[in-house]
Amino acid sequence: MVLDVNKKKYKVIGTRPIRHDGYDKVTGRAQYGADLKLPGMLIGAVLRSPHAHARIKNLDTTDAEKMDGVFAVMTAKDLPRLTDAERGNSEESGSEKHLSENVMAFDKVLYKGHVVAAVAAKDQNTALEAVKKIKVEYQILKSVTNVDQAMAPGAPILLEDFSGDHLGKKVRKTNIAAHVRHNVGDVDAAFKKAELIIEKEVNMQTVHQGYIEPHNATAVWDEEDRIKVWTSTQGAFDVRDSVSKVLGLGVSRIRVTPMEIGGGFGGKIPIYLEPIAAVLSKKSRRPVKAMMNRTDVFDATGPGPGGKVKVKIGIDSKGKMLAAYADIRLEAGGYPEAFIEAAAKCVFSCYEIPSMRIDAYDVLVNKASSAPYRAPASPQVAFATETVVDEICLQKKFDPIDFRLMNVATKGTRTALGPKYRTIGLQECLEAAKNSDQWKSRLDSKPSSGKKRGRGIASGYWFNIGFKSSVNLALNSDGIVSLTEGSTDIGGTRASIAMQAAEVLGIPAENIRPTVVDTDSIGHTDVTGGSRTTYATGYAAYKAAYKLIDEIIEKAALKWDINKNDVEYSDGVIKSKTDSALTMTIQEIASDSPGGPIVSSASVDLEEAGGGFAVHIVDLEIDEETGKTDVVNYTAIQDVGKAIHPSYVEGQMQGGAAQGIGWALNEEYFMSDDGVMLNSSYLDYRMPISLDLPMINTIIVEVPSEEHPFGVRGVGEPPIVPPIPAIGNAITNALGLRLLSTPMKPSRIIEALKKEN
Amino acid sequence: MIKVFLPYKIREILDVPVEIEAEGTNLRGLIDYLENMYPGVKNQLVEDDKLRPGMSAVIDGRTTRLGLIQKLENVSEIHFLPAIAGG
Repeated sequence: MVLDVNKKKYKVIGTRPIRHDGYDKVTGRAQYGADLKLPGMLIGAVLRSPHAHARIKNLDTTDAEKMDGVFAVMTAKDLPRLTDAERGNSEESGSEKHLSENVMAFDKVLYKGHVVAAVAAKDQNTALEAVKKIKVEYQILKSVTNVDQAMAPGAPILLEDFSGDHLGKKVRKTNIAAHVRHNVGDVDAAFKKAELIIEKEVNMQTVHQGYIEPHNATAVWDEEDRIKVWTSTQGAFDVRDSVSKVLGLGVSRIRVTPMEIGGGFGGKIPIYLEPIAAVLSKKSRRPVKAMMNRTDVFDATGPGPGGKVKVKIGIDSKGKMLAAYADIRLEAGGYPEAFIEAAAKCVFSCYEIPSMRIDAYDVLVNKASSAPYRAPASPQVAFATETVVDEICLQKKFDPIDFRLMNVATKGTRTALGPKYRTIGLQECLEAAKNSDQWKSRLDSKPSSGKKRGRGIASGYWFNIGFKSSVNLALNSDGIVSLTEGSTDIGGTRASIAMQAAEVLGIPAENIRPTVVDTDSIGHTDVTGGSRTTYATGYAAYKAAYKLIDEIIEKAALKWDINKNDVEYSDGVIKSKTDSALTMTIQEIASDSPGGPIVSSASVDLEEAGGGFAVHIVDLEIDEETGKTDVVNYTAIQDVGKAIHPSYVEGQMQGGAAQGIGWALNEEYFMSDDGVMLNSSYLDYRMPISLDLPMINTIIVEVPSEEHPFGVRGVGEPPIVPPIPAIGNAITNALGLRLLSTPMKPSRIIEALKKEN
Repeated sequence: MIKVFLPYKIREILDVPVEIEAEGTNLRGLIDYLENMYPGVKNQLVEDDKLRPGMSAVIDGRTTRLGLIQKLENVSEIHFLPAIAGG
């Protein structure tokens, strides 16, 4: 269902053409990183630390180097030592030094799976055997794997030469990489005026993005010190920038080709194997391909951070929110960056609250360095805030939607970080939720025997970033337009970008042929992440299409020998304004364009698209004997600005909900006392499959963004935010008790029921 | 005059009030104006003649992508904030 506030009419936008890459994907023709084969190619393998925290006392690669079939062995000595300079990439913060150390440990390993050495050999078996021959002497250190352990006095320090930034003060010997604060209004005075104050603390376990395709990279380092990299990434240009820094080479020496990607969700923004494959290639003078297995992916690639979030909200006698406070402590992993600023931006984003204070802590722990995961840190903080909101509604007997509407953030609401919202659509989402079939239905229409049903609702937010994108267009002689772009296509963006160009040109989406190209073939394009691609790269396509029309008009004027101001273009047809006999189609000008081919290019560097909000309703059924929870009905409502291709928008909303449900009910890193993940396979790390879930109903709300010509906001991230609190609230509704830790798995439910009885 | 809000940590370090008033035809000029009022502010906001990595300026609700050359016409408020991306 699509609720279009503006009722604007389009010819291509809002339709559902078959995606341009669909046939390649379903027939298996699409080329992924693992499919790549180059003449003389070697296979790379890495040695990973078995310990969560240890000093490298000695590293001996002699036996590996002597093995038949081994062409190169690499350690961190083959990488330049970098400084603490800020990276300044579009998506990641942190220092160049930490970027490099996370690729390969120099002196110390900070998590199980941290790479300490690598080999390139004639085949995988030889490479794996050679890795086993590398001898490492470790001094094992005590590890910390959660924020409480890491922040405790006397905790082992992960980065001994690093200073944390605590409200602007440099602090040494600390695992708190950063403490930030945001403050709006007089929070203490506002809490004193409150009639009711509710405070809850939630505990989130570390989770993984869970993409199907493991990381991979293939590299060739040639005789002129130029490097070609083929990899599975969300951002070829970010890979180029990062590899450039780690290897100390200029970006123009590196060409990165993004292969098709089997999921990323933020986890394929950081680099891991790319510089290693490059150095092995340099040493062996052969192409080198390196791939991870599933355990490598769990152990050593970015999880979404676990942590603790405490939220306190005070309301007046009528239910208006007066004050809010949040204490956010998130796991950064081995190196700083737990997305605490994003957490601060999101924690009270759904409400208008005059006074707010937020303290957020970026905490180093002995786990893989956290990577972005779909709306990084927003689900964690939403669990706390939406739990408190639900508790207020229960205690004061407010209808959960009416209470949210009474306090809803709208255009002009001042946010916790200070700036005011532009046009946003949360109110419209809440109203759509109130009118939805699920909200209006009776909850207990079909109770199963021995089970209890509950309904929960929650809101969520993501801010949908902008940044840089580039698009090239070329009108081919048959009238088909080639579109080249630099955005990895994870969720159907070839289609959503091509459709925006097609709308401007007035031609069918099928007449645009989009191709994702390498970093030498297009202008800088930031990552496919932050829900930016349809918004930003789509905007570049929109601009490029208008430039192409200008070119078409110019060429037509040349052909007809008339003034270009007397030529008009509409829906693929060119006409003279002064002579009705002069008319031709886009195919005709394409087949005979005087003065050269018709081409255009455009780039953008955009601010945020404007907030994206989602509201989810869940009905679930809990078996009181086993504690098993089944989701029986689910509706996801979201303001997307404008749905370019509604099917792919619905797919994003359903996918986000499915991941959030898994996070809520099943998923966690199960850690041993010495910091080792014990469930690093899909058999033991339980993600939901289609059999676990009902059909997820979607309601697309369209309140156009002020920043985009078609009103696009971005879609991918908001839908993972509400599921955890919606499920927590539904469990409370079903059982009359509240769970404050993820996953809300059967054993936790049984334990809580026992306590309750 | 434009209302300017600096990050909490800069306010703490330099003892700057929550809300201050400043002017400038562009962001560079506004930061120079702030520097005259609170010496040390420029060093916190600018590096190599650009906004520091990780720093952003939100001008009437919009995060500028032009940095110091951003023109300031009919602007009510500016918030200097950490730059945040996504996944």
